[in-house]
Formats: sequence, C-alpha cells, structure tokens
Amino acid sequence: MLPPVFNVLFDGFAYGMLLFVLSVGLSVTLGMMNFINLAHCAYAMLGGFVAVTLVDKVGWPFFAALPVAFLGAAAAAVVLERTLYRRLYKAPELEQVLLTIGIVFMSVATAAYLFGTVQMPIQTPAFLRGSLNVLGLTIGVYRLFLIAAGLLVAAVLVATLEYTRFGARVRAAVDNQRMAAGLGINVEAAFAITFALGSGLAGLGGALAIEIIGLDYFFAFQYLVYVLIVVSVGGLGSIGGSFLAAVLIGMSDMFGKYYFPEYGAFFIYAVMLIILIWRPAGLFGRR
Amino acid sequence: MGTPAAAATPYIFLKSQARWRVAEIIFWLATLLPFVLFPNYLSLASQIAITALFALSIDLVLGYAGIVTLGHAAFFGLGAYGAGLFSKFVWGEPLTGLVLAAAIAAVAGYLSSLVVVRFRHLAIIMITMGFGLLLHEAANKAHWLTGGTDGFQGVSMWPILGYFTFDLWGYTAYAYSLVVLFVVFLGVRRLIHSPFGLSLKGIRENWTRMPAIGAPSQSHLRKAYTISAAIAGIAGALLTQTTETVSLSVLSFERSADTVVMLVLGGTGKLYGALVGSLIFMVARDQFSGINPQLWYFWIGLLLVAVVMLLPNGVLGGLTQLVQRFRGKQP
Repeated sequence: MLPPVFNVLFDGFAYGMLLFVLSVGLSVTLGMMNFINLAHCAYAMLGGFVAVTLVDKVGWPFFAALPVAFLGAAAAAVVLERTLYRRLYKAPELEQVLLTIGIVFMSVATAAYLFGTVQMPIQTPAFLRGSLNVLGLTIGVYRLFLIAAGLLVAAVLVATLEYTRFGARVRAAVDNQRMAAGLGINVEAAFAITFALGSGLAGLGGALAIEIIGLDYFFAFQYLVYVLIVVSVGGLGSIGGSFLAAVLIGMSDMFGKYYFPEYGAFFIYAVMLIILIWRPAGLFGRR
Repeated sequence: MGTPAAAATPYIFLKSQARWRVAEIIFWLATLLPFVLFPNYLSLASQIAITALFALSIDLVLGYAGIVTLGHAAFFGLGAYGAGLFSKFVWGEPLTGLVLAAAIAAVAGYLSSLVVVRFRHLAIIMITMGFGLLLHEAANKAHWLTGGTDGFQGVSMWPILGYFTFDLWGYTAYAYSLVVLFVVFLGVRRLIHSPFGLSLKGIRENWTRMPAIGAPSQSHLRKAYTISAAIAGIAGALLTQTTETVSLSVLSFERSADTVVMLVLGGTGKLYGALVGSLIFMVARDQFSGINPQLWYFWIGLLLVAVVMLLPNGVLGGLTQLVQRFRGKQP
C-alpha cells in the first residue's frame, strides 16, 4: 500500500508527458533559429480540433485521428513558415512576437467562430477508459497511455537527432547556425522540416490533451504560458532539458493544485521565475 | 532622425529635436473636441486617454529602451488597486491617490528592474510575463483584499481639488484624465529629448557598446523601467478613480498584450505612436465589438500580421514616409 502522494506524483508525471509532447517542438525550433514563435499552441489547438472533428463528427476511431492531427498541424506550419515566418528570421524579437501573437488571435477567433465557446469532448476507445488498482493506487489507463506516448516520442526524437544524418544537421544548426551554414548545411531547409515536425508534434499533443485538460477555443492562449515555461526552464534546443522541465512543471503544478489549491497556479510561476533568475538560459541551456 | 548639420553641437541638436511642431499643437487641441462633438462618448474618451497613458509608459521601456515586456499590466494593476484601497480605507482625495499609486508602482518597478534588466531575448519576455502572471494570480487569490474575480467595490472619490465632482456623463473624468495625460506626456517628452533619453536609444541600438562610451546600460535601464512603472501606476489609478471600481482584468496578460499591440500599431519609439495607436484601437474596438466580440480578435490578429509585414514602423511611420515621398525627400 502506497500513500496517496504517489497518486499525485503519477498524475503529475502523466501531465508532464503531455506538456513535453506539446512543447518539445518549440524548444528545438527556438534553439535553431532563435525565432520566438508564440503561435506554437495554435498548432496544438488545430491538431485538437482536427481530432475532435474526425472522431466525433465523422466517426473515425481515435487512433486513426491521431496521425491526421499530426499531419494537419504540420501542413499548416509549412504553409505559414514559407509565407510569413521566414521573412522575419533576422527581424527584432518584438516583430516576431507580434506576428505570432497575431496568428494566435486569428486562430482563437476562428476556433470560436467554427466551434463555439464550449469545451469539446472526445470519444476515446473503451480500453483507454477506466482505471487500474495497483498497490492501493488508482491509476488512470489513459494517463498510463499518455506516459507511454510521451516516452515513445522522446525515444524517437532522441534516436532521430542522434543517429541520423538529418539529426546531425539539426544539432549542428542548433549549436552554431552560421558555422553550420558555412559547412554547406542548408540550415533553412533543415529548419523548415524541423518546424513542420515540431508543430506536428504539438498537433499530436493537442489531440492527446483533450481527454485530460480539455479543448476549447482559448487553448492557444491558455497553454502558451505552460509551453513557454517548459521551454525557457528546460533551455532552448535541448530535448533532455524539455523532458525534465516538463516533468518538473507537470509535477509541481499537480502537487500545488492538490495540496495548496488556495494558491492556484502561483506555484509554477514562482518555480519558473526562480529557475530563470538563477539560470537565465534554462536548466540545460548553453546560451 | 537627426541630420549631420543639426548635430553641430549636442545642445543645438537636442533643442531642435525638442521644438514644438504645428502638428503636435493641433493634435492636443483636437483632444478637446470630444467635449463639443461627442458629449455622449466622454467615458470612452477618458478610457482612451487612460489607455494612451499606459501605452506611453510601455513606449518608454519598449520603444526607447528596447525592453520587450509582456507584463506591464502588473504596474497598471498595482496602481489601480493601490488607488482603490487608498480611497476606501484612508481618504478619497484623487490627487494624493495618484501620487501614492505612482509611488507603489515605482517601488515595485524598481525592485523588479533589478532582475529584469539583466536579461535579453526570450528570458526577458518570460520574466516580465512571469511577474505579471504571479501578481494576477496573487490578486485573484487574495479575495479578502481585492475582491478577486468579483471585483473591488467601495471606491468613492472626493471632488478634484475640492471643487470638480465626478459626474455621470464623464465631463470631469475626461478632463481629469486628459490633464494628467498631458502633464505626464510633457514629462516624458522632456525626458526623451534629454541626454538621458538619447542614451536610452543608444542602449536600444547597441547594448554592449554604450558602457564603453560612458553610459552604464543597466543603471539607465533601471531608471527608465522605474519611471515607466510609475506612469503605468498613474494610468491604473486614473482608471480606478474615474470608474470607481477595480476589476481583476487590470492585471491581466491580455491588457499587457493589447496595449503592446496598440503601441506597435501607432509606432514604437515615437511619443505620439502610443496616443495614436490607442485611439485607433479603442475606437475600432468600440465600433466593432458590438457586432461580434470574437471576430474582433480575428481582425486585430490580421491587422498585427499586416502591420509587421507591411508597416514595420506603425501607422505614424507609414504616414511620415508618405509625407516625405510627397515632399520629394528620400526617407
């Protein structure tokens, strides 16, 4: 029999995995191009709405909708990257912030227009519902699935970055963009692909998130703060850093909400400020 | 900016920059028009004046000193709650309330500037935003003091200078906000055209080179941040005093973001950018939000993308370019 604190830690870990899938793409693209993309959660929201539409309106199974959510967000990202983002890579950060906040505004308004302002439910398969009883803990099956998905994403990402030629290019570009370009690496192309993959992952995260944190038209704003916290605490361009930061933030948020509900989100903001003041480049950032 | 001929001596250069232009005088005379032309919209006009003051405070740090902040509503909110609590528990004299709100916001601004000015890029955005969120959450949870999401009630203002009562139509509110805006604007204008203002612009352009020519970047930024926080506090206090209530939205992230949007719309680093931007934004919101508040955000988003892509210097920058092309000068 384990004390209930483990339940909170387990839920926090599952929540952290969700945050990881949502934010890892932003971390890598920020590390590569230093482009401040505040619209990252808009891609997550797009993935979520694609999944909801396919599952609840068209009647697709949940698992068939996940890859489409990924592809939909990635496709939107490619279009916007080619038309808008690429023209501002060298621009001051304020212009990048404004462009991407503009995109967030538009996505929020479009979502409210198309889907209304209510929470969207999603039909998950029967075997993902319910919970298990292990050593006196109540373990939600969906949360277990989330943890598996998060670990799988992390493993695939690490393997891609460490063991493929494309991964080597991306790592080189994150380390030193100009040097990488000087060695003949097409940094812009590598970035465009990374950006699409990262936004696709956000879309996947958005689809996975519906069951746990819900989905409504305001998602792009609401979770932007969490994603930015994970990225800046973890350090730009570091997958391991994002992973640890996501777990840390997920757990401290859950912990705060269970044991000190009167303080609300105060906890994670404080954790973020302290870590940033102590290490401005994040826990694992090099710059 | 300055031509080589004007830069003969620093004194003449600064003096030529600080000269009052005809367009400026016309602009300020035009601010009196609402009294005559739109007496039904005076409460909107005072909202615009207050927002313009807040945008001006952001312009000082963002446009001139180059600190990208997304959490300035923290100081606006401190001023708003400060003035509200002061009038409820101490006394309702408005001018002392303004001074107190400015002082509270300035102290908070100075303390946070100790941390803020050491960072750049993403970290500075996150830290200013983090302070803003922290304060918003604190005010939300401190229900006993601030009323939380129910709003803060019980503000009652005495007449200004013991004579001008706040009326239902907003004559006093607009006149009061306008006078405060103008006085603070004069101060900021003087500051910008001083050697201190010039070195702020230098820091914005090159942060590491300025100390080499004898302008300590961090201490200058701390001063600018503190002054800006005090102005934001005054704007917040004005909102409390003219509406006699405080809602939690004074501290919200949306307020910070919206006001940065207004500033950019008008043009950053151009004194009047803050005023013109908030005028356009607030009037447009008042006209459009009646139709559909959600679509309003769509248009604002589109406008932002368009401004960044097509008019990087804001509406005023675009106008200046037009005028210069009209006169046949190269910009």
